[in-house]
Amino acid sequence: MTNSLQEIENHDLIFVIGSNTTESHPIIGLKMKKAVRKGAELIVADPRKIDLVRFSSLWLQHKPGTDVALLNSIMHVIVKEGLIDEKFINERTEGFESFRDSLKEFTPEKGEKITGVSAEKITKAALMYGNAVRPGIYYTMGITQHSHGTDNVLAIANLALMTGNLGRECTGVNPLRGQNNVQGATDMGCIPNFLTGYQSVEVSAIRKRFEKAWGVKLPEKKGLTATEMINAAIEGKIKSLYIMGENPVISDPDMNHTMKALKSLEFLVVQDIFLTETAELADVILPAACFAEKDGTFTNTARMVQRIRKAVEPPGEAKEDSSIIIALSEKFGYQMQYNLVEDIFYEAGSLWPALAGITYKRIANKGLQWPCPTLDHPGTQYLFKGGFPRGKATFTVVNYKESEEIPNDEFPLILTTGRQLFQYHTGTMTRRVEAINNVSPGAYVEINPEDAKIYGIKNGEIISVTSRRGSIDIDVKISDRPLQGVVFIPFHFSEAAANVLTNNALDPIAKIPEYKICAVKIQKKL
Amino acid sequence: MVTLKIDGKKVTVRKLSTILDAARKLDIPIPTLCHHPELSPYGGCRLCLVEIKGSPKPVASCTTFAKDGMEVITTSPHLEKLRRTTLELLLSDHPNDCMVCERAGDCKLQELAYFYGIRENRFIGERRSYKKIDNNPFINRDMEKCILCGQCVRVCNEIQGVGAIDFAYRGLKTVISPPFEKDLNCEFCGQCVAVCPTGALTGKMWANKGRQKFKEVETICPYCGCGCNITLHIRRNKVVRVSSKEDSINGGWLCAKGRFGFSFIDHPDRLKKPLIRIVPKNQEFDSSETKKQDLLKNFKEVEWDEALNYIVTKLKEIKDRHGADSIGGFSSARCTNEENYIFQKFMRAVIGTNNVDHCARY
Amino acid sequence: MEKNIIIKVCMGTGGVASGGEEVLEKFKEMITKSGLNVKIDTKCNAQKVGCRGFCSKDVLVDVIVDDVKTTYKHIKPDMVEKIFNEHIINGVPVNEWLAGSEYNDFHNKQTKVVLSHCGDIDPEDIDSYIAVGGYNAARKAILEMSSEEIVSIIKNSNLRGRGGAGFPTGLKWELGLRIKSDVKYVICNGDEGDPGAFMDRSVMEGDPHSVIEGMIICAKATQSNYGYIYVRAEYPLAVKRLQMGIDQCYTRGFLGQNIFGSDFSFDLKIFQGAGAFVCGEATALMRSIEGKRGMPSPKLWRSAERGLWEKPTVLNNVETFANVPKIILNGANWYRKLGTDRSGGTKVFSLSGKVKNTGLVEVPLGITLREIIYDIGGGIEGGKDFKAIQTGGPSGGCIPAELLDTEVDYESLAHAGSIMGSGGMVVLDENTCMVNTAKFFLEFTQAESCGKCTPCRIGTKRMLEILERITSGKGKEGDIELLEELGNHIRATSLCGLGMTAANPVLSTLKYFRDEYIAHIKEKKCPAAVCRDLITFTIIEEKCKGCGSCKRVCPSDAIRGTRKSPHRIDKELCIKCGSCFDACKFKAILKV
Repeated sequence: MTNSLQEIENHDLIFVIGSNTTESHPIIGLKMKKAVRKGAELIVADPRKIDLVRFSSLWLQHKPGTDVALLNSIMHVIVKEGLIDEKFINERTEGFESFRDSLKEFTPEKGEKITGVSAEKITKAALMYGNAVRPGIYYTMGITQHSHGTDNVLAIANLALMTGNLGRECTGVNPLRGQNNVQGATDMGCIPNFLTGYQSVEVSAIRKRFEKAWGVKLPEKKGLTATEMINAAIEGKIKSLYIMGENPVISDPDMNHTMKALKSLEFLVVQDIFLTETAELADVILPAACFAEKDGTFTNTARMVQRIRKAVEPPGEAKEDSSIIIALSEKFGYQMQYNLVEDIFYEAGSLWPALAGITYKRIANKGLQWPCPTLDHPGTQYLFKGGFPRGKATFTVVNYKESEEIPNDEFPLILTTGRQLFQYHTGTMTRRVEAINNVSPGAYVEINPEDAKIYGIKNGEIISVTSRRGSIDIDVKISDRPLQGVVFIPFHFSEAAANVLTNNALDPIAKIPEYKICAVKIQKKL
Repeated sequence: MVTLKIDGKKVTVRKLSTILDAARKLDIPIPTLCHHPELSPYGGCRLCLVEIKGSPKPVASCTTFAKDGMEVITTSPHLEKLRRTTLELLLSDHPNDCMVCERAGDCKLQELAYFYGIRENRFIGERRSYKKIDNNPFINRDMEKCILCGQCVRVCNEIQGVGAIDFAYRGLKTVISPPFEKDLNCEFCGQCVAVCPTGALTGKMWANKGRQKFKEVETICPYCGCGCNITLHIRRNKVVRVSSKEDSINGGWLCAKGRFGFSFIDHPDRLKKPLIRIVPKNQEFDSSETKKQDLLKNFKEVEWDEALNYIVTKLKEIKDRHGADSIGGFSSARCTNEENYIFQKFMRAVIGTNNVDHCARY
Repeated sequence: MEKNIIIKVCMGTGGVASGGEEVLEKFKEMITKSGLNVKIDTKCNAQKVGCRGFCSKDVLVDVIVDDVKTTYKHIKPDMVEKIFNEHIINGVPVNEWLAGSEYNDFHNKQTKVVLSHCGDIDPEDIDSYIAVGGYNAARKAILEMSSEEIVSIIKNSNLRGRGGAGFPTGLKWELGLRIKSDVKYVICNGDEGDPGAFMDRSVMEGDPHSVIEGMIICAKATQSNYGYIYVRAEYPLAVKRLQMGIDQCYTRGFLGQNIFGSDFSFDLKIFQGAGAFVCGEATALMRSIEGKRGMPSPKLWRSAERGLWEKPTVLNNVETFANVPKIILNGANWYRKLGTDRSGGTKVFSLSGKVKNTGLVEVPLGITLREIIYDIGGGIEGGKDFKAIQTGGPSGGCIPAELLDTEVDYESLAHAGSIMGSGGMVVLDENTCMVNTAKFFLEFTQAESCGKCTPCRIGTKRMLEILERITSGKGKEGDIELLEELGNHIRATSLCGLGMTAANPVLSTLKYFRDEYIAHIKEKKCPAAVCRDLITFTIIEEKCKGCGSCKRVCPSDAIRGTRKSPHRIDKELCIKCGSCFDACKFKAILKV
């Protein structure tokens, strides 16, 4: 997020695209509702009639996968209506001219044809966003989990840049992170191309600093992403995986493919709090402590580093993940010596200036938002005030591409997946909470009433949903939430795992799988 | 800005502040049961009455704007008598079973009864009684303890935007109820539980788990990326309840998962010992319960040392045979920064590969 | 020369209930049979003249022959033939059925402003209203007057809110005009909820256009473009006629865009309330229109600043609006002079209880209670003694005989411990138990309390419980003091007007009739012999003829005795229903 949680309520316009905020980020959803209560206008762009639509002044129900077309035609109107911020464009960006030309063809009428959203609504959205004073854009996986996810993100960036809606209080672009510390895990360098603090592994000067700090020579070549590692395992290039606290069997696309990959490994270590579906395939399983059993920090979606504290002892011989890894590396002959957990954090801070000013003492009561380079720095509430780290921001020409899998006669429906309010991710935690299972007992497929009529299926009936990769049996929930021709399945449930069906087509840059779109067919069970 | 005097003390507050806001700024206590700073002004309990010089009748401080030059008195024999009588009335329609009430010690009504020393009640009479319709798994609704402060209705409507409950009936029979007096069926965010001043709304999962002498630990919710601040209430090494403080980034609001989804912590299925596979993997994936029990037969429990030594041997062997890049590591978005830092350091510095990733993309 | 004959049959809610439709049918049948050319109007309601407010004499029938009007009372269908044959055909009125001087006195002593057209014009026909000058005031206000001029006239007229609180209407409008907003609302409060009151109902049913016209003028005065009439769904006839009126106005261009050809627009809608007493409270009413539960909200803002949907809103009651066209046409001075220095104009009351002539009365403010009860009301029924008059509906108080010369205006009634309210007046005679009366009204307010604030929700219940205790002979030492404390507490601490005034019936009777409370508590006696638990029925042997009438009607077989010898009542079995008392022709049963 370029903004922070406390700024949400003071937007005068909120544009939510590809985020079912009230279910996936309930508290951010509350803040959006508060903004609406305080007079903000809300535009929701989503193929599903998500709960947030109730609070919106404009709902753009575009077809799944047509975000670029929608955004480009909105930007077309913004250019046409003269709502661009020329000063901002001149001073802080580059590449506007060719980008502007690329928008010419994206008339609202063309947008309507591709997205299914009326030209009138596209124009209205453009006027609303273009005229807003403190607009915020919010998106999540509905934007990114596409084979052209990077394009979607770039289109959003273009929209914010051309209107100068970045780098001000209550004004910005805000991807919402789906997991409590997904921001922190990335910050810390658990990505194949970056060391701690987004410092490239391929730059030798950077590597040298880390080598000095860690006292070893570091690999020069960037590594594989998780999805690439799964593929590499099948190809026999990856022989062993060490999985700490993840459940890719359920969370990765194309479950059969993932299982095949994990089974083909020579050696699989899984470190987790429960015997997950992934752990079932492991050679060694290590019992870990959960969040309530350890000290440390989490970094939320708004870059706020906050303290977590040990409240109870872990069960049996379960240990904190860090002490397991430290013990393991000692056995490898590499000493990681830290007296306190916070010493680890300070080591990260010594290698990444954005954290250097944060101490456990400073965040004892309230977190701090990075960048926070010095001990007297108050933290950074919103990003890009006064400039971008790379100098000028660049407009990128983005063209509309269709999704990988388009419905055809055999697989006539689009499947889109996501979360629902009560369960969380692969269900490792929530599916072990009895009360939650009570209100959210199992998987279901949301089907538009018109489609239900066509297929002659009833609410509560069990049907099979089949894609090119697999098939699951699942309960029907007839609902006006999905568009006609689109079905939705939450991915939390292993017994009817949505990811048996999903496509592991990747975005070429971000390597993110296309969870949001694949072609499926549905059949009545006899 | 407006400047007024409260109990002889001058205070300057923003325009459109209430007298209650101004008094709180001066740290002058005015009793109230229905006021919540995040909710619309209500004026229902009538305990926060104050006297304004020149005004014939006491006014509710929570619903009267502070005005320039106003002189306010927050306590006088007359006011205290009015408050006491109002409290007596509230208690006359309350079970007063603090002995067994979940909220004893943490109940605003009890606290006020204590401060005003109300033992006898001159107004004993009919009390409301309700049949409990309460099959929902999260929230206990004991409407006999409800003082109709309306905070739950307002929080559900104004903050959560759900409107699952409202007032029903009139007169003494007035009750807060879901539509058609059915069971509660909502988002179960528990915001209503958080604002309830009495024992009318409590979490089912913390019933009879202990009321006082908790250890309270401030931490962060383990679910989505909002980073809500939560307080774990600990008794005998068990998390028995989750709450959230109002002065946090989430303003004390939580969702069903954050507030009620913590019983996985001491779930019997938690892994407690390192396990090493003893049966080769060939079985197909099966999630049925019996299968799950059988699964454990594929592994044997070992000591930490054995498990770690085994890992070191195997990884070294693979690294020697296929090179460091034949090994990969997935870290977790549910682990701490420190753990993630250590993990990538381990993969890079110890194993010697950049094959480290986590689920940022899913 | 053919005679011009008009027959008007009262078909207001009262008239219909008394069989007006059948009477009208019978007249029509007779006319068809005779072949005479007679025009039929239905007075009070059916073919549309509004209620004249004298419903105790329904069905009222006017026979007008060449402009000479004769009024009949208590007409039943089987009486129609005689009237038709004797009066219409032969020209001789049926003297024994004439309404007579009582009817004329009842009307002549009133000053009809609001009710002037009720009972005279066809409420379902806009032309009938226009024929008596209707919409001239609105046209003038829209086309010739500025908002400020209208406000100034209303201010000078001394018109005060007829809903009960008596806030000066002109001041309210002035504030409404001063506040700037893109959207403003005018609301007419037609949620008449006092038991037994039907002032507003009669106006809405009998002269709906006067209300609409008043609202149009108010809209212009406050520059509001949207209006609501809030009527309870229990008034279906009022809803129907107002809707017809609104539709007619849209057709004529009196409502909608560019009304009367001006650049001013005003849209008006009816909102039907579900019938909660508290919805008559302005803020509760607005919440109800918003689709929320009708509960009063704290008055952080005045409605004129933030009312309906947080927009500036001017809210007046039906009678207030109905006065407005007349004030615009006749001038502020004319209206002001009708009333007292502080309260201009007239007020409609619904006079009921133990008075001879019950019905609606419109009188100039400043008239005394005595004049209303004795001159218009014809005194107490059955020659009994006057005990008290309860004014202002359930939140009002009881005023005793010694204050009968109190002038009827907002301040004097408040001074006497009661209120003007929306205009209910219940006359109580010597046979009324004041404790029981207070209990009756409190039962109503408790049942209608919205439940929001503690003192009203629980306090009125506790007062009611104490009153129940007292009237059932279980009153305790200290109960009177407790009632007083609780009453004053509720008055001082309640959120809205309903709560603040809820204790009035108790507090005023405690003030003027304390002895009755003491008698109930200490002597366990009900002086008026009303409270069942405190009375006994005994047969006076000397007077009992042994006729057995009492024995036959006794539902609990409590009366024993053989024919022609004195009977006895078994006190154990007696349920004190009073049937024997009513059945005895010899006054042989004693009730104490």
